[in-house]
Amino acid sequence: MSCNVIEPASTGHAGIKPQVSLGYVTVCYGRRAVFSDLSMRVKGGEVLAVLGPNGRGKTTLIKAIVGIQALAAGTRDVVGSVGYVPQSTLTTFDFSVREIVMMGRARHIGLFGSPQYEDHLAVDAALRRLNLADLADRSLSTLSGGERQLVTIARALAGSCNILVLDEPASALDLKNQRVLFDILRELAIKDGMVVIFSTHVPGHAFAAADIALLMHSAGEFEIGCVDEVLTDTTLTRLYGTPVRVVVATGDFPRMAAAIAV
Amino acid sequence: MSACSAARHGSASTTCKLGRFGRGVRWSLAVAALAMIIVIAIGHGRYSVPIGEAIAILLSKLVPIEPTWSRSAESVVTLVRLPRVLSAALAGAALGATGCVLQGIFRNPLVGPQMVGVTAGASFGGALAILVFGSALATVGLAFIGGLAAIVLVYFVSRIDTRTPIFMLILAGVVVSAGFSALVSLVKYVADPNNSLPAIVYWLMGSFAIATYQKLGILTISTVIGTGLLFSLWFRINVLSLGEEETASMGIAVERTRWLALGAVAFAVAGVVAVAGAVGWVGLVVPHIARTIVGPNHRELIPASALIGAGYLVAVDTLSRTLTPVEIPVGILTALIGAPVFIVILRRLGTKGWGRGG
Repeated sequence: MSCNVIEPASTGHAGIKPQVSLGYVTVCYGRRAVFSDLSMRVKGGEVLAVLGPNGRGKTTLIKAIVGIQALAAGTRDVVGSVGYVPQSTLTTFDFSVREIVMMGRARHIGLFGSPQYEDHLAVDAALRRLNLADLADRSLSTLSGGERQLVTIARALAGSCNILVLDEPASALDLKNQRVLFDILRELAIKDGMVVIFSTHVPGHAFAAADIALLMHSAGEFEIGCVDEVLTDTTLTRLYGTPVRVVVATGDFPRMAAAIAV
Repeated sequence: MSACSAARHGSASTTCKLGRFGRGVRWSLAVAALAMIIVIAIGHGRYSVPIGEAIAILLSKLVPIEPTWSRSAESVVTLVRLPRVLSAALAGAALGATGCVLQGIFRNPLVGPQMVGVTAGASFGGALAILVFGSALATVGLAFIGGLAAIVLVYFVSRIDTRTPIFMLILAGVVVSAGFSALVSLVKYVADPNNSLPAIVYWLMGSFAIATYQKLGILTISTVIGTGLLFSLWFRINVLSLGEEETASMGIAVERTRWLALGAVAFAVAGVVAVAGAVGWVGLVVPHIARTIVGPNHRELIPASALIGAGYLVAVDTLSRTLTPVEIPVGILTALIGAPVFIVILRRLGTKGWGRGG
């Protein structure tokens, strides 16, 4: 896909470009197909937004991409390592921010192992990256929703992932925190060359952060393409089943557009 | 706390003013407090031995000390009290540690060692041994086999539906426990009311009254291996206490790790039931107290639960043999104390969340 994607400054892990592709994937709950024959490919440096109304299977698709949802058919190919940011992290026990982020290191720490020096370094780096260093010793329950979302992203980054998959990351955030989040996602794609995939039901989020959009019209119909081309009055009206108009902000605002129901 | 380890390379850390040295001091103090409780417990009882004398008797086994005590004091301390008090300490440690691990991997603060079927399975094995063989060694052996058989059964029952593993596991624990409880009732029903029935009933109530060095040895092995394995898994247990899918997305084998931990729990709990019968409530209540002191990180929570569990059970066992002229089975006391304490904990948690406490 060539959506004016800026070539990433670095290409992540030793020059190997991360990539995620699904080929004719079908996921079923019982006998019902949530979606079928879905194909897509995202490369390092690209941000993909998965759009669809509530209940269309966005979360299921996100889980299929992460690899924690069994596929009924089709192939999933991942080059790189995936970090997953679920919609909400509910912890039964009140861990500190640092303890939570350290858990992202699990794949690097053996079954009977303890965090080593490099694990602490990775955690510190991830905390600094998301400006969470001052909150490191606070417990998760004392943080705001926006801060918690950043902690979950820090946890994924601490695991040295180069593919970041987020489920509805902006749904609980206010406007300023949405800006902060989307800036970080774009930076991870452009500067670090990561694959970033997120789901949302707000088209404006796709305008704000994504290069590519995947529209889940129905269980068997999808549209995938550059944000500017694929997010139009016609496609969005069809997607949400209600008249929608795309409104582009006037003036010097890159990536500022909203879709409003009319 | 892992926060403390980060302090090593210079990042500012507010909760770690104590540093590694301070942490060492805190743990040493906790171990010293447990040793104090043990020595006091050894001195107390129908035949009272002054604490200094008790310490001297114990030390005389290691270094030559001129005896200034009576022979009966020495035999009370070394043959009766020491194995009993140490058994209570080890059992309390095993129950505390397994309780906090179960609460962690089930992400449910209301779970205890009795939930996963091991206690019921071990009870059936022990009761059957008393009925058929009547020997202490057979009781211990069959209780072990029963406890481990129970966890294997729970495993296969929970595999019926793999979509909601935690829910199925707890359900399987309840089902297997119910089955083994019925079998225990059957054993009691056919037992000789003049001979084996009272033995079974008293054993099931839970007691350290007939502790021997042989039983202490078995309990030492099961506790050291079981809780040692659990402690070495502390980081994985932290991760398991997050959501199922989040854990899976981190690239670790959730099922395998969980069953490894459950196997260690079964081993430790079966050892306790085999030696002392069904001592309830310790594994449910103690981890909550430990969590309010050291927080939810299992690196500190597991040893803290073990230490507090050991001190608690030694204290309750001492009460059970000194409160009244006739000894009260310790399982009855732990339940009598545990239930109201648990209600207090529930009220506190209801208002403050499952947190670090204070």
